[in-house]
Amino acid sequence: MSAVGVIFSNIHDENVPELSRQRTMASIPYGGRYRLIDFALSNFVNSGITTVGVITKNNYQSLMDHLGSGKDWDLARKTGGLILLPPFGASNSEGLYKNRMEALRNITGFLNRRNEDYVVMSDCDGVFRIDLSDVIDFHERKQADLTIVYHEEDVAVGADRTIIKTEEDGRVSDFKQNVVPSKKKEKVFINIVVINRQFLLRFINDSAAHGLDKGNDVSLFKNMKNLKIYGYEFRGYHASIDSLGTYFSHNMELLNKTVRDELFGARDIYTKVRDSAPSKYGSDSHVKNSLISDGCVVEGTVENSILFRGVKIGKGAVIKNSIIMQDSIIGEKVITDCVITDKNVVIRDNRILSGCDIQPYFIPKGTMI
Amino acid sequence: MLLAGGQGSRLYALTNNIAKPAVPFGAKYRIIDFPLSNCINSGIDTVGVLTQYQPLVLNEYIGNGQPWDLDRNFGGVHVLSPYQKKAKSAWYEGTANAIYQNLNFIKMYNPEYVLILSGDHIYKMDYSKMLKAHIEKNADCTIAAIEVPLKEASRFGILNTNEDNSIYEFEEKPKQPKSTLASMGIYIFTAEKMYKYLEADEENPNSSKDFGKDVLPAMLNAGERMFAYRFEGYWKDVGTISSLLESNMDLLGEPPAFDVGDSDWKIHSRNPLAPPEYLGENAVVKNSMLALGSEVYGSVQDSLISSNVIIEEGASVKDSVIMSGTVIKKGATVEYSIIDENVTVEEGASIGEPKDVAKGIAVLGRNITVGKNVQVKGGDIVDKNIEGEGK
Repeated sequence: MSAVGVIFSNIHDENVPELSRQRTMASIPYGGRYRLIDFALSNFVNSGITTVGVITKNNYQSLMDHLGSGKDWDLARKTGGLILLPPFGASNSEGLYKNRMEALRNITGFLNRRNEDYVVMSDCDGVFRIDLSDVIDFHERKQADLTIVYHEEDVAVGADRTIIKTEEDGRVSDFKQNVVPSKKKEKVFINIVVINRQFLLRFINDSAAHGLDKGNDVSLFKNMKNLKIYGYEFRGYHASIDSLGTYFSHNMELLNKTVRDELFGARDIYTKVRDSAPSKYGSDSHVKNSLISDGCVVEGTVENSILFRGVKIGKGAVIKNSIIMQDSIIGEKVITDCVITDKNVVIRDNRILSGCDIQPYFIPKGTMI
Repeated sequence: MLLAGGQGSRLYALTNNIAKPAVPFGAKYRIIDFPLSNCINSGIDTVGVLTQYQPLVLNEYIGNGQPWDLDRNFGGVHVLSPYQKKAKSAWYEGTANAIYQNLNFIKMYNPEYVLILSGDHIYKMDYSKMLKAHIEKNADCTIAAIEVPLKEASRFGILNTNEDNSIYEFEEKPKQPKSTLASMGIYIFTAEKMYKYLEADEENPNSSKDFGKDVLPAMLNAGERMFAYRFEGYWKDVGTISSLLESNMDLLGEPPAFDVGDSDWKIHSRNPLAPPEYLGENAVVKNSMLALGSEVYGSVQDSLISSNVIIEEGASVKDSVIMSGTVIKKGATVEYSIIDENVTVEEGASIGEPKDVAKGIAVLGRNITVGKNVQVKGGDIVDKNIEGEGK
């Protein structure tokens, strides 16, 4: 097998508008020292896919800053490696792409120049660890045109999900979007697709010719009867980030050792390194059930929380059920409960801030309170 | 030119299989991170690292130099081990000989000045300021020097200087030191002078081929311009178990005696691929440093814990340094100890004794297991598995 990876960095930006106001979905910070794209990129690299194109649309400065040359993912290569694919086509008047098919049409040049057999496409809304070579093996075995990865899970009311039905041999027989939730678990498409590269290129051309690319994101599925579309079940831990609430609750799941061991046990989720000092705990610190990243200085109390890199917690502060992002400074005797601070937030001494678990209180990047 | 070939025999079990500069330090670093970071932070981008004793870990750690921005098309970091030559092949004998054997490497870059460093000190120093002083004094050799307490002075090479910092006498480990200005083992030479004296030293059959004992005195006797460059700040030789532990402890406290979190002078290192550290429901962590990927369910006090260390429930660690991958199991206690990488301390074992009563620091070497309920006394050095009580 040989495959090239494609990551859609902007596709779900509207999922968590609070966090993606100044960045792409891909560069949303997660789990103390990661960005969402780290999971997608690490899945590619750990599956032996070392040519990865990252499709961007807007707000991608923070993403470029994070990715750099790709060396932190071992993707700074002469052959392949990390290739940023910023918006293309300024010469026509259509502007930026509006959906997945248009985005793919913009990168036909990139796809044409490759010589890999398959294209593996991934979004950045999932936090999980998958061996994509198994998916590609499955795809080859089934001689599929298209293999989509699904995960059986409960679907919440109003969640934007594509739910599929499969026949016994795995062939996809039906798909729906935004269904009313039922009691039982559903097969949810988790935005990973394996497709033959030549087939994809033909499909992009055809759909452009027939105007199919103006439709919604799953136009690939529309031709289901004529295409061999198969579903591959992913059975591991999968967190799908589609709102600030799920962002919060899935982050908190990392405090659970089973989840953490499944995601990070093999120690192969890559991210940009910052050369921060080890974290430091003062004589009066109390830390319970929390994840603390490098460069933190903890002088107060932290419970059931996640501290990103370089966070400072002042003396007498009590941080509970909160996510404090990179380089935020929490003053003395501050009390927080169910709070998410974006990067570089300063909370002055003695402030008391609180949200609740389904609607955490969000403090935007760089705010001083 | 960074001298990293030393065995570090006074670190005992910690350097059985690795060179001293590769010894872990400060929860996430290795000793060599400090001189390498000083180089890149001082604008020095061509560094030769001379290795000889047990170089595998060190070579792998340095790799292509990328963590220190020393992966360059021109220059960068180069590991230099002794190699076979047409006429005569030899190991490095003494510091001067090690540099002499690599003169061809140095000459490839045609430098005006050569900086000689050693790989066993913890400090932050801007070498570019020292070079500036060297150039201003029109010196042939400048030696970095620091004031040390009188009672320790006889452990060092002592520089006796005039008011303008020019050196009139150099005494290697004097019994009766005349001053307390100690050489830090950091030299800047004007390249041509260094070539000349190294070549002469090589011809001298009575020489021990050491900079401090032979080359520097020879230059002084010949009347070359030699100056001391006074350094103020934290500097520690971590060549012994006790100085290694002490220097680690200097990273703790507020403010610490030595700050590795200084964003103006970053200490670069290879970073572990690990998630943030996790502290459990009953964890107690006081006045300590933890590195990524560690998990603490027990208690940690006045200690430094490296990456991917697990401290289980009911285990306690005090006044100690624990290196990466080590597991301290339930109910085990560790006091005033240094535990190397990938050690397993089984349930109920006790390593070391409280700092104020211990004879010395307990040391466990890498990759060993200390069995259930085993006691290791303060000052003991263990480099083999110890069987515990039956299962």
